[in-house]
Amino acid sequence: MELFNDLLFDYTLRTVALGAATLGLVSGALGSFALLRRQSLLGDAMSHAALPGVVLAFMITGSKSPLVLMLGAAVAGILGTLLMMAVTRHSRIKGDSALGIVLSVFFGFGLMLLTFLQRNPDARQAGLNTFLFGQAATLLERDVITMAMFGGGALLLMVIFWKELKLLSFDVDFGASLGFSMRLLDILLTSLLVVAIVIGLQAVGVVLMSAMIVAPAAAARQWTDRLSLMIVLAALFGAIAGVSGAMISSLGSGLSTGPLVVLAISAIALLSFLLAPNRGLVWNWLQRRRSDQNLRVRAVLSNLYFLAQQHDNPEHAHEATVLQTMAFGRFGIQKSLAVLTDLGWVQQVDQDRWALTPAGAEEAERYLIGG
Amino acid sequence: MTTSQIEIQLIAAVVAVACALPGVFLVLRQMAMMSDAISHTVLLGIVVTFFLVGSMESPLLIFGAAAMGLVTVSLVELLNKTGLVKQDAAIGLIFPALFSLAVILISRFAGGVHLDADAVLLGELAFAPFDRLDILGLSIPKSLAVMSGILMLNILFITLFFKELKLATFDAGLAAAFGLSPALIHYALMGLVSITAVGAFDAVGSILVVALMIAPAAAAYLLTDNLSKMLGLAALLGIISAVGGYWLARLMDANIAGSMATMAGLVFLMAFLFSPKRGLVAYARRRGRQKWEFAQTSLAMHLMNHEDTPAAVDECTVAHLQNHLRWQPEFADQVLLKAQRRGYVQRENGSLELTDSGRTLARQALVR
Repeated sequence: MELFNDLLFDYTLRTVALGAATLGLVSGALGSFALLRRQSLLGDAMSHAALPGVVLAFMITGSKSPLVLMLGAAVAGILGTLLMMAVTRHSRIKGDSALGIVLSVFFGFGLMLLTFLQRNPDARQAGLNTFLFGQAATLLERDVITMAMFGGGALLLMVIFWKELKLLSFDVDFGASLGFSMRLLDILLTSLLVVAIVIGLQAVGVVLMSAMIVAPAAAARQWTDRLSLMIVLAALFGAIAGVSGAMISSLGSGLSTGPLVVLAISAIALLSFLLAPNRGLVWNWLQRRRSDQNLRVRAVLSNLYFLAQQHDNPEHAHEATVLQTMAFGRFGIQKSLAVLTDLGWVQQVDQDRWALTPAGAEEAERYLIGG
Repeated sequence: MTTSQIEIQLIAAVVAVACALPGVFLVLRQMAMMSDAISHTVLLGIVVTFFLVGSMESPLLIFGAAAMGLVTVSLVELLNKTGLVKQDAAIGLIFPALFSLAVILISRFAGGVHLDADAVLLGELAFAPFDRLDILGLSIPKSLAVMSGILMLNILFITLFFKELKLATFDAGLAAAFGLSPALIHYALMGLVSITAVGAFDAVGSILVVALMIAPAAAAYLLTDNLSKMLGLAALLGIISAVGGYWLARLMDANIAGSMATMAGLVFLMAFLFSPKRGLVAYARRRGRQKWEFAQTSLAMHLMNHEDTPAAVDECTVAHLQNHLRWQPEFADQVLLKAQRRGYVQRENGSLELTDSGRTLARQALVR
């Protein structure tokens, strides 16, 4: 209870939790598009590509204000993505290689600039830690307000261009045939994604930002086939992960928020993979078990019917051992007989013999012959 | 150059070649981002092995880390096989989770040890010569010894299984039909990538391992269609990036690994722009040339159509081209000039006549 009390009244925890929630919300919603367009790793590349933008923004303006640095990061992120698009369009280099090159080369260039700026070639002392892993604990209220403003703006644009972005995600050719410029929309969506990434860098850092794009969307995808619902769920999952990461971080010493948020969202994704109705692994396993059992019950019913047909009397009784030899697989028939008795289709005549009831014979005919 | 300068460049070159060789197969098999995933999760492997062994010096660390690389690959495959998410999303889910776990384990339980997440990500080549090893009475930097071993392993593996790798890369179905298990080759290759990443991250850091694996190989892919040549070129471009990066770093007094990645990017950019067959410039020039060739062929065909017909007097004039082929006057003049220079067309007081070679050109175009 004290933890929830702190969440409301402790300034640091409240700010960090709000910041992480905002980030999770925005990146979850916009990440859904990236996931559907099979661009899950774009976020990874963009966040790494932001480094030279941050350094150059500082070199040019001399200001360390988050707004300036965020702008630099955004410009570099978009530039990196455009380069990636150009390389895959105009050469036989595939998307994965283009991603890898932009990610590592931009990051390396940023590292070079940063160490050059500090006249200190030792990267470990370059204060890169914040950029790499984020520093959620240093978030201020005005940082969160900035994050919320940009994130809100991005989400607003997403809602305004909802129909177009949906087309872009599901049927590019159809969209183009309707006269929409799919390239412009691609750039718009990319820019929105950059906004989501840039506002997250301060909280969770470069390395883990990619998870905030992929994981909430992947989790949400399992629960629904509707885009609108998926986006709402992804935003919700992202926000929950953000708040829980911040709360767990406030409990233990030496645990930074970023990795905890990522572990939280990964756990949500794992649970979704297992439990989601229709797609989840456990759900599917239960379904298969049920349909297998159903098949076995039907087989016993049919076998009884076939046996009885050889005796002119549809209700002729037979021994369970006979049914067992006819059953397929290594499964016993006792459970199937019990199920059939419960349904009133089969009755036990004496110690070891079973017969169809009139309703059972009717059911078997309907099942085998149809109609 | 001092000894340590030479040593640093030597280490950088060995790392670059060791990375570029498996990188070629990553690029060809469209699994470049797997190197990103593996180079991050080796951190978890190192942490876990460290907890088991209790020492940061143990050579077991390399194997533990490489094993974690394989675990990463298997987890990605496993998640991919469920069909719940696509492969790229699977990569994007698995490696940040494992990496986060490693960061938390380090900060919670291994705070005092020389094991920082950022050290793994960034590396520092400049200090490599200080950590030395005595082999046969010779004192050489430890990372040079380790990376040379890994390079030998890579060369040995690729030479021994060249045929198998080639077949599995370009025609997985045929490879499977011949009884080569694509999965086995996949995992062997990924094991190689893991070991290389572990060895290299100490020198250049894990993010830049990606640069050295992918950029030279991708550049080589734009320069040749031959696998052996591509391997050689990737190694060569890797060395150029490494040594060039070193001098860039010296010049700017900046981080060596970062400069090497920048050089690798520049090398790729050069290949992307100026590759003789596949570069942007060559492509633009080819398109320009084809435009004129097409125009000359059209002209020749037009003239041949109307040769020896009553309408030839009208049809075979310069003015008529504007009408019939819808060419602008300046364009028509330029085409004519080029065609005359090539000897396809002769101008006889206002009317145009095909030469023999012009007729051959038109006929060839028709037959095709």
